[in-house]
Amino acid sequence: MSDLFSDVFLGALFFGAITAAIPLLLAGLGEQMSEKAGVLNIGIEGMMIAGAYAGFLGAYYSESLWLGFATGAFGGIVVASIMVLLCVRFGLNQIVIGIGLTLGFEGLTALLHHFQFSRTYPRLPAADVTVVPYLSDIPILGPALFKHHLVVYLAVLLVFVLAFVYRRMQLGLNLQAAGDKPAALDVAGVDVVRTRAFAVFTTGALAGLGGAYLANIGAGIFVPFITNGAGFLGIVLAMLARGRPFWVLCGALLFGVCLSLTTALQVAGINIPTDVIQMIPFLAVMAMLIMFGRKSSLPAALGIPYERGAR
Amino acid sequence: MVPPSASNQAEQPAIISLEGVTKRFPGVIANDSVNLEIRPGEVHVLLGENGAGKSTLIGMLSGLQQPDAGRILIDGKPTPILSPRHALSLGIGTVFQHAMLVPGLTVAENLLLGEPWWRLPKKEALREKVTALADSLGVRIDLDAVASQLSLGEQQFVEILRALLRDSRVLILDESTSMLTPSGVEELGALMRRLVERGLAIVFITHKLREAAAFGDRISVLKLGRKVSEISPERFRSVGEDELIGEIVEAMFGKQHDDPDAANRNPNIFPVETPAILSVDNLTLAPSATTPGLAGISFELRPGELLGIAGIDGNGQKQLAEVLAGQEKAQSGRILLENQPIEMLSVGERRDLGLRYLTDDRLGEGTVGTFAVSVNFLLKQIDHPPFWKKGIEQSGLIERHAVRLMSEYDVRAPGSQTPVGRLSGGNIQKVLLARELAGGAKVVIFNKPTYGLDLANTLAIRQRILDIAAEGKGVLLISTDLEELLGICDRIAVMDAGKLTGIVDNSPTARTDVGRLMIGLAA
Amino acid sequence: MSSETGSATQGQMPLKKPGSAIAHRLVLTIGPILIALILGGLILLALGVDPIKYYGYVIQRGLLSPTGIQQTLTRMAPLLFLAAGLIVAFRAGVWNLGADGQFLLAAVIAAASAPYLADFMPSWLAVIIAFVLSTAIAVIWSLVPALLRAYQGVNEIITTLMMTFLGVSLANVLVKLVFLDPSTTVPQTRTLPVADRLPRLFDTTISSGLIFGLIAIVAVHLMMTRTAFGLKLRIVGANTRAAVHSGLSVPHLTVAVFALSAGLCGMAGAIDILGVQGNVRADWNPAYGLTVIPMVFLARFNGFASIAFVLLLSVLSIGGESAARRLGVPTVFTLLLVAIVLIVLAIAEYIDHRHNQAAKA
Repeated sequence: MSDLFSDVFLGALFFGAITAAIPLLLAGLGEQMSEKAGVLNIGIEGMMIAGAYAGFLGAYYSESLWLGFATGAFGGIVVASIMVLLCVRFGLNQIVIGIGLTLGFEGLTALLHHFQFSRTYPRLPAADVTVVPYLSDIPILGPALFKHHLVVYLAVLLVFVLAFVYRRMQLGLNLQAAGDKPAALDVAGVDVVRTRAFAVFTTGALAGLGGAYLANIGAGIFVPFITNGAGFLGIVLAMLARGRPFWVLCGALLFGVCLSLTTALQVAGINIPTDVIQMIPFLAVMAMLIMFGRKSSLPAALGIPYERGAR
Repeated sequence: MVPPSASNQAEQPAIISLEGVTKRFPGVIANDSVNLEIRPGEVHVLLGENGAGKSTLIGMLSGLQQPDAGRILIDGKPTPILSPRHALSLGIGTVFQHAMLVPGLTVAENLLLGEPWWRLPKKEALREKVTALADSLGVRIDLDAVASQLSLGEQQFVEILRALLRDSRVLILDESTSMLTPSGVEELGALMRRLVERGLAIVFITHKLREAAAFGDRISVLKLGRKVSEISPERFRSVGEDELIGEIVEAMFGKQHDDPDAANRNPNIFPVETPAILSVDNLTLAPSATTPGLAGISFELRPGELLGIAGIDGNGQKQLAEVLAGQEKAQSGRILLENQPIEMLSVGERRDLGLRYLTDDRLGEGTVGTFAVSVNFLLKQIDHPPFWKKGIEQSGLIERHAVRLMSEYDVRAPGSQTPVGRLSGGNIQKVLLARELAGGAKVVIFNKPTYGLDLANTLAIRQRILDIAAEGKGVLLISTDLEELLGICDRIAVMDAGKLTGIVDNSPTARTDVGRLMIGLAA
Repeated sequence: MSSETGSATQGQMPLKKPGSAIAHRLVLTIGPILIALILGGLILLALGVDPIKYYGYVIQRGLLSPTGIQQTLTRMAPLLFLAAGLIVAFRAGVWNLGADGQFLLAAVIAAASAPYLADFMPSWLAVIIAFVLSTAIAVIWSLVPALLRAYQGVNEIITTLMMTFLGVSLANVLVKLVFLDPSTTVPQTRTLPVADRLPRLFDTTISSGLIFGLIAIVAVHLMMTRTAFGLKLRIVGANTRAAVHSGLSVPHLTVAVFALSAGLCGMAGAIDILGVQGNVRADWNPAYGLTVIPMVFLARFNGFASIAFVLLLSVLSIGGESAARRLGVPTVFTLLLVAIVLIVLAIAEYIDHRHNQAAKA
């Protein structure tokens, strides 16, 4: 057990934690924006897997990871546009459509992958790493935290950007009003549907980006169902974070640590079965939900399509 | 009476004119050919009770609805008001009864809602403007307070501020005083005066005569969608207070001693010693964001008595019904049914003891629209024999029961299996009636039973209610239709802001007695 | 009795003349299926597969061939139990997305207990006890989400989904570490000998589990439509406010629904192991639950109609599994098809609903 806290183990743990956390972070931030605006986005898992596949395709064919991220975000937006059209614009049941989108795109991406890559299972080359000077020289934590692809730092930066938008920009006020009391927003002269559509499109882009990161950097390969619930974990993060992007980051890191325990333990030569480790993140989730579920603040108008002057 | 200010003396040209404005909804004419003029420097009061058409008018002025006939002129030009945004751009600011503030945002953020999305909220500029405005109006406001923590009066003021910041020329206040404390009402009244002195036009909607008289320059009385009377500033000044009140009461409720129906009524007068079948003592319920709660309600109901509960909608009547039925728990107080305390019992237990409740929300709460009529008859008796034996449905018995009730209560429907949501309003009401009266009813609470029904159904239901009382049951009739209450009740109570402000016998003077209570005067 | 009209996804009451009602309902049901098949076919075309050939093969292998139809009917057993479990939940307004977790855990417990029990008691008794144990586990697995929803108002979509992931992992742990059969090289539980499994029907290879599945779904249908308890559940699902107004205890009923639904989904797992599989291999997760969801929607939560759609799903699955080997179209295609069905169904009902609204006005 003394190996448990060895440098090798801790280094692998934290490095892996960051890598595992980024998709969760992006999914969580995306879902948070949707929920703020009053849309319960169950389809986020579908957006992530679409982004993972689109992102993989983009990176594979162009040999540019950045283009891969772009196509990944685009993939997520494509799925989001279906949700915007059917649920935000026309008011169809958000849960039914969400389930349909998730199942549909899990199936579609698996299908496409089979026809394109099932014989070859191509891998992407290891990602470029952007080393942060000085900080990366800190023992143990340095290489673990500060030798990642640039997109990692951008994602963390996004947390603060969103916090700024939510509290300091009119856009943030609009989003909160759309979720809390859409009638007030309408009376103030702002288009509720457009505001919600923006939120859902952004969710799609972020989830797609998260999926692309998962495939291209996290795994270096696309396999069907690679997201394995990351989108749903994003929903949990959004539910518990009470509207603050920073809490999404904390939650994502916590789950990231749980997820990376598997590889870290293996690297450290400790033999705890993978499957047991894999239960830990979900046990953590359930524990959080049991403790804080009641206080998860969901906007009042969540899930209810807006109709002006409904009598 | 308000001393006239200099700006009122010469009548200014109207900012908004309504000409023959009409608005219809299925089954009812909300506004019927209304002519109205709204002038700057004047507080124009729209006075009327339930169903008078005030809220619909406001809806049209604020761009939420369009008139079906007639036209609206702004500064003399016909201008349809197409949307809330359009109304704002025309200078019309509306303050609704229930504040339209986003609970999670601060006052400042709420006020800045509507600015282009990319801007950073200009809180400093706002702070300056607001402080100047608030000072000139003699009010304080904390811009950084979160909206959900403000008192209702403070929320109202924020709404008014919002309208002023948008450079509104016309300010519409829709029942703004209904949730305020008496001192809050005084402050609002003083504020209105200051605003019109600056040249604003104010439309003040209320059902309270005292406020109309205290704060208004011009009063238009609305009744059943029509404007039945207008009292101009000159008339206001020239006539004494009592005469004015008498004139208004007559316009709203009809003449004092000339009540054609009075002779036909034979209200029961019960000797004081008659034991009550339902006894309510000091019932209280905390107010919520949209209701005033209950503030110590006490009354007694005798067997065979028809007690009406009058009042403007939204003053706690529904909460009273729900507390009595058991859907809501009162904070304190006692409810005695035939001398048995029931305030701790569940809905089902109270029902079994004979307390029945016909909700006003027929489809939202009273029935399950997609289920058959026959099932809805038994919604509150599920698993009761003989209709269920050992948990299994006895469809033959249920069917026969349904057929019997449908014939007895004249429920018109294609069949007993028809989904109840397809029935007309009147027939759904009959289903509710049949259900609640089924066997063992001792006290029946009706909440707006004839609302939205046609004349034939309305009369039929009223007759039913009379029959029930004649059988010796206690009947509580909550209604916003004064005519209905006067027509059949033995006594009429009035609820205002969660309080029972008075109970009157249904004597020849009941009409004006109740009317006076409803508009805030002592009986 | 208790005829309910209304769309599964919208909860509305279409207004129409009686005669055209059936035709209307048929269009709204067959339409989405056809559209899904067409769209799926177009996707196949884009991938270089002849859709006619694919569908033809699926039907031939899933429905028309003797071995195929027997496999299809056998596959229906767990699917019917799942459909029953989902109908109970959805009709009561509870989104039980934990079906696959409940299925798998019950399957593992059944696989773990049955062979050992069969060592020292008659096989029919062993099977019954294993069945009961595994159902109990599935019910327990739903307890946390049930209580969270009933008493804390926590959305069950998330909690049941998380329990599924947890359940799948736990199932793997149990198979690989606790119930591992040491006598085989393949990681799996000890195999229940064929002789001890559920008997086959007559001379066919169809598992008698099919009969139990049919009994389950009919029983659920009858319970929902003919009993007081079922009526209470339906009221809670159709109009919670009316349920409160009628004096029903919504929290108690909610927990009961979860237990019932999870139990049935667990039975699906038990039936599959005790009737067909005989053991659980490591990392096995057929994820039937997800594909059944669109089927119960198509059936408007009617038990008898579900049988037809479960048959359809079964044909697609069995045929699809064959096609995967022969034509190289992976079985996920079935998942894609049913997802399209669900979305198209929702759109169709929405259009129908708007159409009715316009007709009313």
